[in-house]
Amino acid sequence: MPIQDYVARIEETCGEEKDFIIVLKYEKKEDAISKILKKATLIKSISGIIYDLKFQKTSFRLYKNGKMIFKKLKNKKEVEALLEALLS
Amino acid sequence: MLNPYEIRRDFPILRRKIGGNQLIYFDNAASSQKPIQVLEAVKSFYETSYANVHRGVHTLSQEASELYEEAHREVAEFINAEGIEEIIFVRGTTEAINLVAYTFGLKELTSRDEVVVTLMDHHSNIVPWEILSRIKGFRLRYVGLTEEGLLNYQALSETLTPKTRLVCIPHVSNVTGIINDVRKIARMAHEHEALIFVDGAQSVPHMPVDVKALDVDFLAFSGHKMLAPTGIGVLYCKRRLLEEMAPFHGGGSMIKQVTYDKESERCIIEWSGLPWKFEAGTPNIGGGIGLMKAVEYLRKIGMENVERHEKELTRYALERLGELEKVQVIGSQDISIKSGIIPFLVEKFDSHDIALFLDNFGIMVRSGFHCAQPLHQQLGIRHTVRASFYIYNTQEEIDKFVQTLGQL
Repeated sequence: MPIQDYVARIEETCGEEKDFIIVLKYEKKEDAISKILKKATLIKSISGIIYDLKFQKTSFRLYKNGKMIFKKLKNKKEVEALLEALLS
Repeated sequence: MLNPYEIRRDFPILRRKIGGNQLIYFDNAASSQKPIQVLEAVKSFYETSYANVHRGVHTLSQEASELYEEAHREVAEFINAEGIEEIIFVRGTTEAINLVAYTFGLKELTSRDEVVVTLMDHHSNIVPWEILSRIKGFRLRYVGLTEEGLLNYQALSETLTPKTRLVCIPHVSNVTGIINDVRKIARMAHEHEALIFVDGAQSVPHMPVDVKALDVDFLAFSGHKMLAPTGIGVLYCKRRLLEEMAPFHGGGSMIKQVTYDKESERCIIEWSGLPWKFEAGTPNIGGGIGLMKAVEYLRKIGMENVERHEKELTRYALERLGELEKVQVIGSQDISIKSGIIPFLVEKFDSHDIALFLDNFGIMVRSGFHCAQPLHQQLGIRHTVRASFYIYNTQEEIDKFVQTLGQL
């Protein structure tokens, strides 16, 4: 399971519009970032630290320090499905 | 004067690097770091004097009990309470608020009463009252903010009626850092024969707080925001009120005796004296000792110096942030009514984006609602980023923070 291999935590923020913050496993983050950058389409890179990406019609942000933000997704299952596809 | 460079030597964590960058900790409104004096005191207690407190006749229990009681005394002096009878150790501010809700509130409030809270409050000073109002049927009345994000004193005055029994306010907003005039609000509440409950989570660690001068009936604060370990906090309450209030949790330590009455087939219970009547079960003894050391540490620096240092950092940070066109500081920037908390946003970026960007450079700030969603609704914004300072922060750290934000 790619999620178990690469993802340390999936955190759901509070409020009406929920964000999902993904923390990649520290020791595997370089590998995970490389996989994600290969699969997703790069919209823009900000200071080489933030990557604006798009994958399967979903926009998200990836950070060089191994964190990601998904916005406007319905639930954790949807996030997990995207992560599975991105990290497989 | 406070020298942050000398103080920093006492905080081992501040030597840490994150991703190759020197740690800059600007998340002090959420929790503070711990000095070696506190860490050593807790360690030493477990290594040399640990035992359960009260009712033990052996040496270790006596030593632990004395230390634990001394911790209450130290806290009582810190906020100028009458004595340890008015100092209840709890897990933190949230538990203190729930204690008041489920002791005073459950017994005293009726469907004819009103409780006043503000839209500036942390969820922990809203939710317990919302829950209790659904049980007891009293009316919960909210006081809003002015356009500058200050508490609307005029609206507060109009909200107070002969039905008001309790006024709950934050001393300092955990989002905007605005300092409320507690003395004035206490006078307004008392004129209506209402009591005042003050959430001091963001004030007691950062400025002198004198419960007698403020004339507050209840004051709650957390140890972990003022250099102490997590899981220890304080409820101050005027003695005459505590004497009337029923206990919160039942269990050991909070009773003088429990005797079985054959006739009624019930146990007859006599409560312990204050403050133990409100501290059921084995307390967080190590946490209490850590809190005592934290208070000693702060008193040695002097709370006036703590406040002055944070105001100076805030003034400097606001000035430097003003250089960045895309940064918008939220709320009033009047230093005279503001603590060391700065909420802000950066054009085109979400609060979590900004916090994650800063994290790349070892700068720790908080993003989101900060458990104050109604306040954000009032301000008409979704989220904020919050930078919050303490005794060990420096102007150089603010320079690095502003320089980094400038790259966004």
